[in-house]
Amino acid sequence: MLNFATRRFGLSLLILFVAVTAMFLMIRAVPGDPVQIMLGPRATPELQAQLTAALGLDQPIWKQLLIFYGNLLQGDLGTDVFSGRSVTEIVFQQLPFTLELIFASILWSATLGIALGAYAAAHPNTLIDRIAAAVSVSFVAAPAFVVALLALLIFAVHLQWFPAIGAGEGFWDRLDHLVLPAFAIGLSWVGYIARLVRASMLEVMGESHVRTARAFGIAERRVVMVYALRIAILPVVTVIGVGMGFLLSSAVFAEIVFARPGLGKLVIDSITTRNYPIVMGTVLVSTALFVVSTALADLINALLDPRARTAH
Amino acid sequence: MTETLLEIDHLSVDYETGRGDLKALRDITFDVNKGEIVGIVGESGCGKSTLISSILRLTAPNTRFREGEIRFKGQDLLQASERHMRDLRGADMSIVFQDPMQTHNPVLTIGQQMLDIQHRSKQSKADKLAHAAKMLGAVGIPDPEARLKQYPHEFSGGMRQRIAIAMALMSEPDLLIADEPTTALDATLEVQIIERLQELQREFHCAILFISHHLGVIAELCDRVVVMYAGAVVESGDVREIFHDPKHPYTRRLIECDPGHIKERARVLPTIPGEVPDLANLPEGCIFRDRCDQAMSRCATEVPPLDQLKEGHHAACWLNHEEVTT
Repeated sequence: MLNFATRRFGLSLLILFVAVTAMFLMIRAVPGDPVQIMLGPRATPELQAQLTAALGLDQPIWKQLLIFYGNLLQGDLGTDVFSGRSVTEIVFQQLPFTLELIFASILWSATLGIALGAYAAAHPNTLIDRIAAAVSVSFVAAPAFVVALLALLIFAVHLQWFPAIGAGEGFWDRLDHLVLPAFAIGLSWVGYIARLVRASMLEVMGESHVRTARAFGIAERRVVMVYALRIAILPVVTVIGVGMGFLLSSAVFAEIVFARPGLGKLVIDSITTRNYPIVMGTVLVSTALFVVSTALADLINALLDPRARTAH
Repeated sequence: MTETLLEIDHLSVDYETGRGDLKALRDITFDVNKGEIVGIVGESGCGKSTLISSILRLTAPNTRFREGEIRFKGQDLLQASERHMRDLRGADMSIVFQDPMQTHNPVLTIGQQMLDIQHRSKQSKADKLAHAAKMLGAVGIPDPEARLKQYPHEFSGGMRQRIAIAMALMSEPDLLIADEPTTALDATLEVQIIERLQELQREFHCAILFISHHLGVIAELCDRVVVMYAGAVVESGDVREIFHDPKHPYTRRLIECDPGHIKERARVLPTIPGEVPDLANLPEGCIFRDRCDQAMSRCATEVPPLDQLKEGHHAACWLNHEEVTT
């Protein structure tokens, strides 16, 4: 197990290195001189040269990359062009808001989705199964930003059950502010996970070992919850791990609609002001988040499935 | 005095399908006595699996019990409550399935699974594990305590089947159903498993219902044999009787086709020409008629009854009726 974890961690680092390098080169390849854009058309050549040197843009590209990685290893993501504050500080100030939103979304949608899917699979082709199927498919079909706008109109503006904007102060207030955005992001995941768990469960329930468990008189509850669900859950863990990427992009919508602070709002604001160091820092942290979550999914799978530990 | 343990009494089972009822089992009758080994032999699709799942009542949802009874210790299982069936499964009757590679849960240790199947026992966990280790030792798994901590994929196919046998015998059942337990294994392992099964049967005195299409194994292991064809019993009786003096053409052909019985080097291996009839659209008369080289006009119209020819030997063929043979 430890061996597997070490290997998986090494792979994550490699993925992160490739992704960050690619991103660094892509940003440099974007046409237009960032210095000219930042300083405006009336800047003097001296001023331009000064900023170019300050940003390190006068160096050859490989040297820039080395400096970037050197700084990165010291936890330095650069400096905000406008405020002069450290990008690391700004990004990590916003990160918790996005993290809590993503975790809240995945927590409620996975819980409900797995329960719904497992129940439907245990009672296939009954009325409840059909209703669950119809509900799941309509959930999947609902885009996060539409759900976000509707939820905002209905529950915040009309019914005034939940706050409409911001992230709140203190535990309960923050939780209260999380309800609508997490609902909007998680809804399609409920349907998606329910469908996935149902299909996966039905497959596992048809396998010989489930028949064996039943032939030994093991209680049906235990057969479904332990013998079948533990195997059926494996693809769901992987899907959630990879789905972090989609969740991050849904979080951008939700943060804009609900005017919440967070990485999504930060990256949109920085792109409009061409604040490249912040864009770079945000994307880097998001990439790391994605890499970590897929690695975590693999680790959880290895914990749940002994075959996965030796397969690599 | 032999005591009857399991009685299959005129059992008929259908599957409801889109193209009508599939008559999977028709008028099946045979007994299994206490401590006796009864073999069931027949080609794929002859209803062996339906029969087993009917006895355990672990049938697919589209199964319909049309007629007859399955009596276990005198009680009709088809009328028993689901609760009662669950009390029997893995306690009074247990089963070893065909494919050892698929029969255990892949994400639970063997020890956990052997603990789980002792769910009725009031013993402590440590005692249950000790019992599990003892059973693994009894089926010839070396170092059983350590191996309880391992997962199914860490065992070979032969070992997994031995574990399955250990699990099935753990509750000292009165009836052990073995559904082609050696089909998925190679020949040397097959011999080992059969010998182990024989030893354990002598030790535990359980009755065994042994399903196989391997006639050699049946002849080696069983006291009596039931020959099934297309969902019906065509012949049953003492294993020596059946092999030396088969009274149904299907049994005769089956014995001829068994590779163990072929003495001379043949260019073409013997087969039974033709196909099993469509169980949703059964032909009139004898079900084996189309493939039988001794078929008579009577076979086309009347179903031959399973008649007793002598003590303990039944066959369903018109050839055995005096008015025809004389």
